Amino acid sequence: MITNKRIPVREQKPEIRRNNFNEVCLGYTKDEAIAEASRCLNCKKPLCITQCPVNINIPDFIQHIKNSEFELAAKSIARASLLPAICGRVCPQETQCEGQCIMGKKNDAIAIGKLERFIGDWSSEHLPTPELPKIQNGHKVAVIGSGPAGLTCAADLSRMGYSVTVFEALHKAGGVLVYGIPEFRLPKDTVVAHEIENIRKMGVKIVTDAVIGKAGSIDELMNKEGYDAVFIASGAGLPKFMNIPGENLNGVLSANEFLTRINLMKAYNDDYDTPVKTGKKVAVVGGGNVAIDSARAALRLGAEVTIVYRRSENELPARKEEVNHAKEEGIQFRFLTNPVAVIGNEKGWVKSLKCIQMKLGEPDASGRRRPVEIPGSEFLMDEDTVIMALGTSPNPLISSTTPGLEVNKHGCINTLEDNGLTSREGVFAAGDAVTGSATVILAMGAARKSAVAIDHYIRTKYNEQTHEDK
Amino acid sequence: MFVILEKKRLNPDVLEMKVSAPRVAEFAQPGQFVIVIPDKTGERVPLTICDYDRKAGSVTIVFQVVGLSTRKMARLEKGDAFADFVGPLGKSSELISESPEELSGKNILFIAGGVGAAPIYPQMKWLNSHGKKADLILGARDAGQLILVKELKENANKVFITTNDGSAGTKGFVTGPLNDLLLNRSCHYDRIIAIGPLIMMKSVADLTRSFNVKTIVSLNPLMIDGTGMCGACRVTIGNQTKFTCVDGPEFDGHLVNFEEAMRRQAMYKPEEKEHDHLCNMDLAVEESHSKSLK
Repeated sequence: MITNKRIPVREQKPEIRRNNFNEVCLGYTKDEAIAEASRCLNCKKPLCITQCPVNINIPDFIQHIKNSEFELAAKSIARASLLPAICGRVCPQETQCEGQCIMGKKNDAIAIGKLERFIGDWSSEHLPTPELPKIQNGHKVAVIGSGPAGLTCAADLSRMGYSVTVFEALHKAGGVLVYGIPEFRLPKDTVVAHEIENIRKMGVKIVTDAVIGKAGSIDELMNKEGYDAVFIASGAGLPKFMNIPGENLNGVLSANEFLTRINLMKAYNDDYDTPVKTGKKVAVVGGGNVAIDSARAALRLGAEVTIVYRRSENELPARKEEVNHAKEEGIQFRFLTNPVAVIGNEKGWVKSLKCIQMKLGEPDASGRRRPVEIPGSEFLMDEDTVIMALGTSPNPLISSTTPGLEVNKHGCINTLEDNGLTSREGVFAAGDAVTGSATVILAMGAARKSAVAIDHYIRTKYNEQTHEDK
Repeated sequence: MFVILEKKRLNPDVLEMKVSAPRVAEFAQPGQFVIVIPDKTGERVPLTICDYDRKAGSVTIVFQVVGLSTRKMARLEKGDAFADFVGPLGKSSELISESPEELSGKNILFIAGGVGAAPIYPQMKWLNSHGKKADLILGARDAGQLILVKELKENANKVFITTNDGSAGTKGFVTGPLNDLLLNRSCHYDRIIAIGPLIMMKSVADLTRSFNVKTIVSLNPLMIDGTGMCGACRVTIGNQTKFTCVDGPEFDGHLVNFEEAMRRQAMYKPEEKEHDHLCNMDLAVEESHSKSLK
C-alpha cells in the first residue's frame, strides 16, 4: 500500500544545531530512500519532469531507487544533471518538481529532492571517479567563474573533448556554492570540494586567483592565449544596499560580506584568521534564501536574530524548508516592516534600526502585492548589527572590459535564450551573470545549453561535425 | 605557487618582498593593489603594488608588520611561498591615462607618509620613464622609518624630507613643507598625490582645499574579496557611496569623508589587538626557546 505521508528525513534537532555549523538535514538511509521511492505513482504523464529546469527523468530514477538499482538511478540523473548531491540539497523543489507532484495534490508530494540527494551521496561513495575523456579535439575554451554554471559548462565541454580552463577570481573554486551557501545547508568538503575534484579529474583546468577583467580581458584570452570561445559564468556578486541614512555605520554589512567571512574564510572556525563581528542583536533585512542563510549563521555565532521583510510571510522568496528550519531554530520574523534609517551611537556603531510598518497594496510588476508605507508608523528596533540581504547584481568587471558586450540596465548580459550567445562572436554567457541572482539549477540548465552551442560554434568555425551530429 | 624571490627589511617594521606572480606582473599598473593570503588558514590581505617586472614575472610588495597576518607574512623567507596572490586589483592611477604632452606641462607633487612611500614609488618611476620628474615630500616618524629614499630620489625632481622628531630632514609633519611650498614660495601645482595614513591624507586635503589644488589620495580600507563582492571597503565620496576595491583605490581627497573612513578602519581593532597580544606571547616564547637552545 502506498502511504500518504512522506518518509520523514532525519535532521539535527533545532536546539543542538543552532550551536553548530554541521549540516542540518542528515539525508535518507537506503531503506528510507527505497520506502520513499515506493510512494511514487510512476505517472504516465509525469508533471514533475516538466517543472525541472534540466528535465531530469524523475520517475525513472525513482523507480530505480525503488528496485535498489542505485547505480542505474545515478546514471539516469547524470544524463540531465551533473551535480545531484548539490541540487538535491539546494534546489527549490517545492516550487519545481515536487510542486507538481500528483501525490502532493491531496497528500505529501514525493520527496524528490531528498531522493536526488541520496543518489548524489551514494554515487560519491560508491561510483568510481570520472576519467579523462578519451579523445581531445584540440580546441580551447575559457570559462570565467567556477560556480554552478561555469563548472557545468566546463564539464560538458571537457566530455566533448575540449581543453577547458576555468578562471576563478577567488582563491577557492565553487563560486556561490563556496562563498554564499553556508556549511549547514551544503557541506563544503564532503560535497562541494568532492564535485569540483571530480570535474578536475575529467581534465578541466581550474585556475584560482585569476580576475578576468583585471588580469587580462576576454579579448586577450581569445586573441593572445588562443581560446576559441569564452563562456562567462561570473555570477551576480555585487551586493545591493538600501541607500538609507546611516548605512555606512560600523556594524552594517552586506550579506555577501557576512557570508563570505563565514563560508569562504571560515571565520566561525578558530583555526582560521579572518574575524567576523556578529554582535548580540542582529537584524537581517530581506526575505530571500540569502537573508535566511545570514540569519541562521548569525544565530549560530550566538546572536539573537530578527529578519525584517517588507512584504508578508506569503511573499517570502526563500525556500519554505529553510524558513521552517529558521523558525525552529528561534529566528524572529518582522513582516511588513521596512528600514528607513540606521541610527548610530556616539562611537559610530549601530545602535538601532528605524523601521516603518507596511501594508500590501496593488500587485506590482512581479505579480506580488506591492508593499506600501503606513504613514507615521515608524519605530525603533535595538540592534548592534544590521545585515543587508537585498539581492545582488552582476559584477561589471567583465562587461566593462569587453567592448561590444551588451548588457541590460541591471548590468545583466544580453544573450539569446536558447544558447547563451552574447552580442560578441564566440562569447557565451549563462547563469546569474545573465539572469541576475537566481538558482543553482537554472544556472546549470542554461550552462548545458551553452555548452552545446559552444560546441556547435567551434565545429562550424572549423568545418567539423558537431558533437551532436556524431 | 607564489614564491618569494627576494626578502629585504627596509626598517625594523617594514619588509619588502619580490614575489613570483607572472599573471599579476603582466597586467599590473601604478596605483593598483594585490590581495595576499599568507597560508591556507590566512586572511585576504590587501597590499599596494610597489613595483613589477613583466619580464621576470615578479611583483614587489612592501608591508608594515602590524597584526597577525603581516606577522605571518614576515616569518616567510626567500624560497617560501604565499598560498595566494591575487591581482592586479583596483583602477590604475589616473596619471597613466594622460598623454606625455598633457603631463609635460604639469607640475606634480607627491606626498608620501610612512609605508605610503611604497605605492608612490611606481607612480614616480612611471612618470620619470615618461620624461617627467615630479616633486616629493617624504615623511616618517623618524629617520629609521624612512623607506625607499634612494629609489624615490632617483625618480624625483625636488625632494623634501620630514620626520616627526627631526632625526632626518625638517622636524614636523608633511604639511609643514607643503604649506611652505604653497603659501610662502607660491609654488603652483596642478596636482598633488598624497598617500599615507588616513590622518595625514586628511590633513593634506584640508590644507590643499584652501589653495584649490586638485588632490588625489589612495585608500586602503578593510576588504575581503577586492573585486566588488563584499562592500566592506565602502567609502563616502561627496555624497555617494563607493567601493574602494573597484571604484578606487584613488579618490579626490577633497571629497573623501575621512572621519567615516577612519571609523570604519577601526572596526576590527579589538580583534586585531587580541591577535597581536597572542602573537606577541608566541613570539616571546619562540625567542626564549631559541635563546635557550643556543
